[in-house]
Amino acid sequence: MGSGHGQELNLTLKVWRQKNSKAAGSFETHQLTGISVDMSFLEMFDVLNEKLIIEGKEAIAFDHDCREGICGMCSMYINGRPHGPKDGVTTCQLHMRSFKTGDTIVVEPWRSGAFPVIKDLAVDRSAFDRIIASGGYVSVNTGSPQDANTILISKDAADEAFGAAACIGCGACVAACKNSSAMLFVSAKVSQLALLPQGQVERKARVLKMVAQMDEEGFGNCTNTGACEAECPKGISLENIARMNRELMSASATYAK
Amino acid sequence: MSQGFLKSSIGKKVVMGLTGLFLISFLVVHVSINACIYFNDSGETFNVAADFMAHNPVIRIVEIGLFGGLIIHCIQALMLTLQNRKARPVAYAKIDGAANSKWYSRSMGVLGSLLLLFLVVHLGNFWLPTKVAVFSHQEHNTFKNMNEIFSIWYFVAIYLFGVGALCYHMLHGFQSAFQTLGLNHKNFTPTLKKIGFWFSIIVCLLFASMPVTMFLGIIK
Repeated sequence: MGSGHGQELNLTLKVWRQKNSKAAGSFETHQLTGISVDMSFLEMFDVLNEKLIIEGKEAIAFDHDCREGICGMCSMYINGRPHGPKDGVTTCQLHMRSFKTGDTIVVEPWRSGAFPVIKDLAVDRSAFDRIIASGGYVSVNTGSPQDANTILISKDAADEAFGAAACIGCGACVAACKNSSAMLFVSAKVSQLALLPQGQVERKARVLKMVAQMDEEGFGNCTNTGACEAECPKGISLENIARMNRELMSASATYAK
Repeated sequence: MSQGFLKSSIGKKVVMGLTGLFLISFLVVHVSINACIYFNDSGETFNVAADFMAHNPVIRIVEIGLFGGLIIHCIQALMLTLQNRKARPVAYAKIDGAANSKWYSRSMGVLGSLLLLFLVVHLGNFWLPTKVAVFSHQEHNTFKNMNEIFSIWYFVAIYLFGVGALCYHMLHGFQSAFQTLGLNHKNFTPTLKKIGFWFSIIVCLLFASMPVTMFLGIIK
């Protein structure tokens, strides 16, 4: 797979079209010619949408924002994998050189009951916002700001917390999981705070509330296939899920509501 | 731990992991006793061990626990599977599962169901005749029972298939149970995974060797 700089591709695109969350969707096939291998996947969609607009048709709705792999908005399930065939990249950082001329590319939205389709490829990921709102925060001191180095944090804890905090909340973990479980996302958010001194105040209440909210949103259960970790554009580790399980067991045993 | 914990998604998986590890621990006993046939003394040693297992009161109590664990493991798996199905009401048109996970890790439900079917046959072959003999105070030659079953080719085939399903089920289940229990760390997880791998392979090869050696007449 892959094509060289400056080349152009002819592609068949099968895209999921759906009017709204209530309507039944279906695939729509588009032929694209002269797609530069230097384009990103989203730029290829821009070209397709411009063509559709010129033809007087409705453009395909898809989520995107920063287009530099840090915002977590883009969310396409490409040829059976979230964010497409490359490891460790978001859809916006996937380039057309990863495909070759004549390819048929199937593009679907994230599929999860907890992520209802808003339109076409755009899904509602506010379930993640509600999980964060339920407990993904820390208490802070009021008054004059402290010196940044008054709280000592070991390098190990800082590194692990940073690794968890790299999660951009795109939802590829849910999209990849055969059970559409949100465990990798929630565990990253629980871990980044549980590992740091600033997160200790709400530590037990946090994991209980966030897991309860995750379950309430209707995400599935974790079977430890590891698909989430493999597809995560930020390389969030399964160790976070184990940590969240430890946190929940400990909090369930010792936290009095 | 509160009832809330057992109702949470993680609590349910912890129950799966604990019952799974309990069932795995039973396999160590099972395969050890069965391996007594390799004394090749027409089942003399094996029958002594089998007789002990059939009559010892402590083993009887553990047996009830074993069935309890098995039933909980199966029912919980069914409930989880139904819940997981509901979590994705619209299926993907194209899935490249091999790109991100092992097929057997995604097929625990299918492998488990095959194992349950196999278990019905297996209990009918050996557990039931032993129970009938114990309750009617008759002598029961388990070795002879084994020899008879494993002289029939299709039973040998069924047992090899069942053990194969068990092997793949454990290849994922062993290490997965520890992950669910929160035991995942760079320091010990690579070792734990190796132990899980070799445990599954060795136990299943031993189990598979028994019908084969009996069918071929090496053990008689």
